[in-house]
Amino acid sequence: MFLIRKPTDIKSSEITPKDVYLNRRQFMRGLAAVAATGVSAALWPESSRAGQKLLNVRKGAFATDEKQTPFKDVTSYNNFYEFGTDKRDPAQHAQNFRTFPWSIAIEGEVKKPAVYQMEDLLRHQTLEERIYRLRCVEAWSMVVPWIGFPLSDVIKRVQPTSRAKFVEFVTLHDPAQMPGQRPGLLGAGLDWPYVEGLRMDEAMHPLAILAVGLYGEVLPNQNGAPLRLVVPWKYGFKSIKSIVKIRFVEKQPLTTWGKANAQEYGFYSNVNPAVDHPRWSQASERRLGEDTLFAPKRKTLPFNGYAEQVASLYTGMDLKKYF
Amino acid sequence: MLDQNQKIRWLVRPALFVASLIPLAVLIGRVLHNDLGANPVETINRYTGDWVLRFLLITLAVTPLRRMSGWNTLLRFRRMFGLFAFFYATLHFLSYVWLDQFFALDAIIKDVAKRLYITVGFTCFVLLIPLAVTSTNGMIRRMGARRWQQLHRLVYFIAIGGIVHYLWLVKSDLTQPLIYGAILAVLLGFRLWGKIRRAPVPAATGGSS
Repeated sequence: MFLIRKPTDIKSSEITPKDVYLNRRQFMRGLAAVAATGVSAALWPESSRAGQKLLNVRKGAFATDEKQTPFKDVTSYNNFYEFGTDKRDPAQHAQNFRTFPWSIAIEGEVKKPAVYQMEDLLRHQTLEERIYRLRCVEAWSMVVPWIGFPLSDVIKRVQPTSRAKFVEFVTLHDPAQMPGQRPGLLGAGLDWPYVEGLRMDEAMHPLAILAVGLYGEVLPNQNGAPLRLVVPWKYGFKSIKSIVKIRFVEKQPLTTWGKANAQEYGFYSNVNPAVDHPRWSQASERRLGEDTLFAPKRKTLPFNGYAEQVASLYTGMDLKKYF
Repeated sequence: MLDQNQKIRWLVRPALFVASLIPLAVLIGRVLHNDLGANPVETINRYTGDWVLRFLLITLAVTPLRRMSGWNTLLRFRRMFGLFAFFYATLHFLSYVWLDQFFALDAIIKDVAKRLYITVGFTCFVLLIPLAVTSTNGMIRRMGARRWQQLHRLVYFIAIGGIVHYLWLVKSDLTQPLIYGAILAVLLGFRLWGKIRRAPVPAATGGSS
């Protein structure tokens, strides 16, 4: 009867949602890229922004089957002091953070120093999902389905020299965008930019990844977009966010928290229930989004439960001294 | 028609009493609406701790405000504010012992002994107990005004301890505890200044500081 329906007759459920539509275009573009290069390239959107779905993500080798922390908790409870010291600050203040264009400088003891655009860094990179436990130094923990790729892939590509003993990572320093970096009356009490580091063998370990997404989509800004480190056997602050520089160095880097308080935040900062933070116990932790209000905390595991994979990196080391 | 005295007794004080319960009502509302964020235990713990400090500061503000305004009636609310500080301190303590530690006595004892900020916080809570117990008119009479007042000066140290407890807990951003600390410094400074100056006290019964 009505061959031509009026727009109001079309149920909203019949209209393709915008993100699906966009994803389709992305997907087609990705297919074209795959066809052109002949490899299974990741479908990294050319101008990515938080929330975009990531397609063609492989299941990674390392995945815990523990209950995943709800997306809402993972993205609303963040330690990212560049956007404020309250856990709710980053979700609020990072909303308009510009993650595109983004470049990452590779410097120091490497044969191929370069400044990569984010999309170039990811061009031939297969993305995989890694469901990791995340243990914060503040004695809470989460389970996060990250999307990323092994840090070792990048390291191999840039070819460190024999003098490269450590890898230093630096976060963006941009007080105009990061209110926590502005000089205030007191500020966050940290030196900017944020610096972290790993020993070379730690950085090469297959568990160490560079993450670009979580829960199947591009990293929300408050979680360290567009590129962050994830080293699941260390306290969360080691997993530096919004990386702009990766530098290969001979000497152990001076990290931001180490500078702020060397007695409390060691260079290694491996999760260790036997070594307490000077001001609180590390023996147990609260799993967010899972443990109810009236549940006891759970025991913290050595190396956050990854001892089988990483304990050998520290053979013969006094972990109380090198905490 | 109510006279001035009755108005305070039957209107103002009950109103302040109800107002002092609002923070608890808000907290209960947030619990019921599942609105405590990703770390509910931490939220409750911080929230109740904040209100202990606030009520301690309100209690300690009574005397300076009374002196400056000459409005001696303020003194009639001081005990209630002090007891609310104790009330929220009890909730704060419970949130630690129950929600955070789940009554793990060995862990609690270790914490109190080893963690300086907990040692200080716990000490302050224990010191609040005798103040709450001796807050009745009967106890004031029995102890005598002078001895009672000496005992209740403990609240200065409790308030300082409360700020230190907070300062030693934060990781690097000292803004919040320092704001509380600055207000406390003004309130205690006012008393010290009065003592040094031996400023004449406006006629008030008891002349407590």
